[in-house]
Amino acid sequence: MTKARIEARFAALKAEDRAAFVTYVMAGDPDYATSLEIVKGLPGAGADVIEIGFPFSDPMAEGPPIQRAALRALDKGMTLARTLELVAEFRQGDQTTPIIMMGYANPLVRWGYDAFARDAAAAGVDGLIAVDIPPEEADPLADALDAADLSLIRLATPTSDDARLKIVVRRTSGFVYYVSVAGVTGVKEAEADVVAPHVLRVRAASGLPVSVGFGIKTPERAAAIAKVADGVVVGSALVDEVAAALAVNESVTARVLSKVESLAKAISTARAHPVSA
Amino acid sequence: MTIPVLPNDYAAYPDASGRFGDYGGRYVPETLMPLVHELEAAYRAAKADPAFQAELSGFLKHYVGRPSPLYFAERLTDHFGGAKIYFKREELNHTGSHKINNCMGQILLARRMGKTRIIAETGAGQHGVASATVCARFGLPCIVYMGAVDVERQKPNVFRMNLLGAQVEAVTSGSATLKDAMNEALRDWVTNVHDTYYMIGTAAGMHPYPEMVRDFQSVIGQETRAQILEIEGRLPDAVVACVGGGSNAIGIFHPFLNDESVKLYGIEAAGEGMESGRHAAAINGGQPGVLHGNMTYLLQDSAGQITEAHSISAGLDYPGIGPEHSWLHDVGRAKYLTATDAESLDAFKLCAELEGILPAIETAHALARLSDVAKEVGKGGIVVVNMSGRGDKDVATVAAHLGRSI
Repeated sequence: MTKARIEARFAALKAEDRAAFVTYVMAGDPDYATSLEIVKGLPGAGADVIEIGFPFSDPMAEGPPIQRAALRALDKGMTLARTLELVAEFRQGDQTTPIIMMGYANPLVRWGYDAFARDAAAAGVDGLIAVDIPPEEADPLADALDAADLSLIRLATPTSDDARLKIVVRRTSGFVYYVSVAGVTGVKEAEADVVAPHVLRVRAASGLPVSVGFGIKTPERAAAIAKVADGVVVGSALVDEVAAALAVNESVTARVLSKVESLAKAISTARAHPVSA
Repeated sequence: MTIPVLPNDYAAYPDASGRFGDYGGRYVPETLMPLVHELEAAYRAAKADPAFQAELSGFLKHYVGRPSPLYFAERLTDHFGGAKIYFKREELNHTGSHKINNCMGQILLARRMGKTRIIAETGAGQHGVASATVCARFGLPCIVYMGAVDVERQKPNVFRMNLLGAQVEAVTSGSATLKDAMNEALRDWVTNVHDTYYMIGTAAGMHPYPEMVRDFQSVIGQETRAQILEIEGRLPDAVVACVGGGSNAIGIFHPFLNDESVKLYGIEAAGEGMESGRHAAAINGGQPGVLHGNMTYLLQDSAGQITEAHSISAGLDYPGIGPEHSWLHDVGRAKYLTATDAESLDAFKLCAELEGILPAIETAHALARLSDVAKEVGKGGIVVVNMSGRGDKDVATVAAHLGRSI
């Protein structure tokens, strides 16, 4: 499946005139079993694409929510290997929801790109976002992913001018992740009218669907982005629900999935009401 | 063809992609890539501009106090009974360490680029103080990220930075030490992409920093080379320097790289001993990996998570090392040895008592291997050690380890 699974999902959503809801959760947060339960529940709660973070000790592009999620996961012994086990367990019950792994270079380097790509494909992973491997450093990784038919999903940002965009979209497939604000995850907010022209620009440069993330926390904001982008990525706001549930000793799974449901509803109905009369 | 190809010009690196062999590179989030390219272009232009070099030389002479002396450490030489020992006196620079050489170069570059806000990371506070100093001199706001643990153990330097007008941000994320301060500085940079200049303090991080910081620190080795030729009429047999990120070491090594008769020794911090696992020796106790924008030797576990460094010296307490050192190690041009906390304390005391110089506890790591190197080189030989910083800042730490109250 792999690349095909991502393409099929975006094509189906386009036919329905609906933006993809891309949910990010951290593998092993707050522990392996709970995060597996959350991931298994995501499609039923309305997620169209699942990004699974694999934790790293020094996540330089993350804001406090995902930094803390990574530390919670690492404290419970989460690793890249266990993350692949989690994906494999999820795949036993779901053959259609794309799974994108997201994280930092060093665990991948330590594993070896070729071995990782092979093992990830076997586990049922469809694509990879490597936050700190820009195009200048990505060729060995892209070769490995190509050989395993996995998508390398690239980040385009507000600092990507047209010349840079051409470099960014080289060897990318599946979709492009547009980072809507200059900054770390989960801090600044993205304005839909500011984002919209960039989505058009990135879509034109790549010929791929464009999902927008960073700073999308509420159903209202998610709906606004869903009107202008092919996908809406929410991460920190879900990870925050894990922390909030732990703080008051509630069910983490129920709390995260409830947040996913409210966001999914906003995203799936966003284009049903025409913006202009 | 599997014959290892040794470079015929060690000084010609990094290559165009910022690599020293397998090491270095630009492993940063996409948001920062255009800034990294902008910095590289600006640095290339400045490096080739005689006006920039003249401005830098002027400030190094009149503000920093260069050239620093090359001093014959006669009593230490007699004590070890081996080669003649010279100290390159970087501790006599303004602000008390070699760090200011790099800060002066980078602040002039930041001004040239029109940047209006400076950020920096610091461990012991030496780079933070040097950054705060040049920012005060040129009237630019300065934010220094420092691990909360280091803020606590280096209070005098925090106060010095405040006196110089810098804002010190205590970093509580992760392990709250130097690597986390660097993470937080990178998070600031990725958020403030238009006006901010990131003044990295060591010859590590993403290209072009390892090259640029090395170039600004190479004034140490260039002066040493000229001074030893004038005093002794020949090159030294060995050069010794402590290595954390490795900026003082690469600064004194680099102008000697193609003089293969000159042996180069970098001394890593062995903390409580290599066998204890509590150390900061990236080459001697780590494996290659990616952190803070570069591929280099790192302290890490089998799953690729970065592990914490341990050293009596906050300035060496970092799980990585500059990429050029990783390469010099692999190709065998430099040797990387280690010194424990205890050995460094002994060397600190010996240097104070015999030479009347309090070395920085970082520098004391280099002094701790000096007896071995001086004996290996032998009588009639010459060894230069980089006296990279002064130890006034470490008096409280040393007292605590000696069980004395002050």
